[in-house]
Amino acid sequence: MSTLRAEVAAFIDLEADMLDFNQYREWLDLWEPDGVYVVPIDRETEDFANTLNFAYDKAEMRSLRVARLLSGDAISTQTTYKTVRSVSRLRILAEDGDTVKARCSQFIAENRHGNLKTYPADVTFTLRRSGDGFRMVEKVVRLLNADHHLSSIGYIL
Amino acid sequence: MTACLTTRAPEVDIADLVQDDKVHSSLYSDPAIFEAELDKVFNNTWVWVGHTSEVPESGSYKTAFIGRQPVIVSRDRKGDIHVMLNRCRHRAATVCEGKRGKVKSFVCPYHGWGYALDGELRAIPKPEEYQGVLDKKDFPLVRLRHETYQGMIFATFNPDIQPLEEHLGGAKKWIDLFMKQSGGYPLKVLGDHRFRFPGNWKIQLENTTDAYHFPVVHKSFVSSLDDQTSKIFDFLDGPGFVEDLGNGHSVMVMIPELVDLDANLDAPIPERFKDFAAELECEGYDDAQVRRLVRAVGGSGFNLNLFPNVACSMAFFRVLRPVAVDETEIHHVAIGGDGAPAAFNQLRMRLHEHFQGPMGFGTPDDAEAWERVQKGSRAGDREWILVNRSLGRLVTSPDGNTAGSVCSETGMRAAYRKYKQMMTA
Repeated sequence: MSTLRAEVAAFIDLEADMLDFNQYREWLDLWEPDGVYVVPIDRETEDFANTLNFAYDKAEMRSLRVARLLSGDAISTQTTYKTVRSVSRLRILAEDGDTVKARCSQFIAENRHGNLKTYPADVTFTLRRSGDGFRMVEKVVRLLNADHHLSSIGYIL
Repeated sequence: MTACLTTRAPEVDIADLVQDDKVHSSLYSDPAIFEAELDKVFNNTWVWVGHTSEVPESGSYKTAFIGRQPVIVSRDRKGDIHVMLNRCRHRAATVCEGKRGKVKSFVCPYHGWGYALDGELRAIPKPEEYQGVLDKKDFPLVRLRHETYQGMIFATFNPDIQPLEEHLGGAKKWIDLFMKQSGGYPLKVLGDHRFRFPGNWKIQLENTTDAYHFPVVHKSFVSSLDDQTSKIFDFLDGPGFVEDLGNGHSVMVMIPELVDLDANLDAPIPERFKDFAAELECEGYDDAQVRRLVRAVGGSGFNLNLFPNVACSMAFFRVLRPVAVDETEIHHVAIGGDGAPAAFNQLRMRLHEHFQGPMGFGTPDDAEAWERVQKGSRAGDREWILVNRSLGRLVTSPDGNTAGSVCSETGMRAAYRKYKQMMTA
């Protein structure tokens, strides 16, 4: 395994673990200030700003999303406070200077009202080197069923 | 028009189950009642199937449902709109599976029967086998009667129903007001959020005119707003109202100052839209244009419920589709202006994403509450759902309609009165 691939895998595992264990504030620190978190409806588009998405979060919206999830005021978060996710099939797509683009698969399982549900997705990360690690410039979660109906999602994919 | 035969559901008597001030819990969970609803309500009235901007040119199509029945909305070569059953006349396979898009024709994937955009049957493989058996002109896709109002396309299985505009009646005034939010450009669908919840469709129908839940269920959404905006959403004790518009339709006005988006254009630009206004100015829009776009961008201050399946809900169309007695699909359709500044449509989509859809700051909490209603309604066998709030404080509106305060259950009672009439006809 190349060093780069190992470094990226370690970062993506860390990010997944933070989200599964509700370390949302620490998760916010994994972002570059100009980073964008996107869950598109249209799996083919790259023009997220001009397309309706499930989520399109710049820094302020990410921060508000985290505040909402941690507030205890949102009843939908009380029934799905725990997820279990697995990321694998990692591939480095491009490396340009201090920026790396990588793609992986992600399976998230939630247990809501006793109903186990999974959301498979392709996830693309654009990472920028920062100190001895990475920061996220973009994370795009392309759900396998993005073009169809979902159920309510009270956590971060 | 080709008549469409639908299976009649077993007779159920719901006369005693829907009263002026309460409805019986079994309305949420009795499969026989659900089957009767498909037959007597959804297959028997005007049902919203789309907006004309979703089929903008010849060859455009979108798929939709009327009750449980899949339909295609298409625009033919002459520019005429058609609503047709999504079912091959041969062996019933659907002839179109996309959400929306563009095609030259509809070809059945099973045996290759080809239909034109207007539904006419054009091609049958091995036509010699049908000589003397079948004439193509007698087997178009089954077309439904449809009419549009302000771009909203409604279709019906009932050939004898009153014209759409009569059916909409008092709601038309509010549809006209709602359409002002595209900022002077033709209104255009920008996309939709789709989600399901395990509950009966009427739970969602009720919710559209339920202001009472807002500060409780949507506390975390309100917390995410700036002070000025959160005050606007603190409307429960305000001068808003709910009005029964007849035919099951109703309007809930939450923010009276945002009823007419062409009015008060001189008002100060709200804090949250200042960056947007500055962006428009940079792009060269004059003051009048900027004010009009700023005023329109956040949507209208009311929810208009159109019985049975669509609402003009502040800044989007809310469409419901009954899937099963305890399963409902909802589409939150984002809208903007066709040809409007990119910044306008972008902001409209960002505002939509903020509250609506399965990852919004509002919808997941609504869905959780509705799921709990469905679950709890199974408890007890003599229990009722109360829709009696403000019954003692009703007034007559300037338009001569029954009205109550913004948190009254007037809209729910309006819907259930129409529902009862249709279910007992």
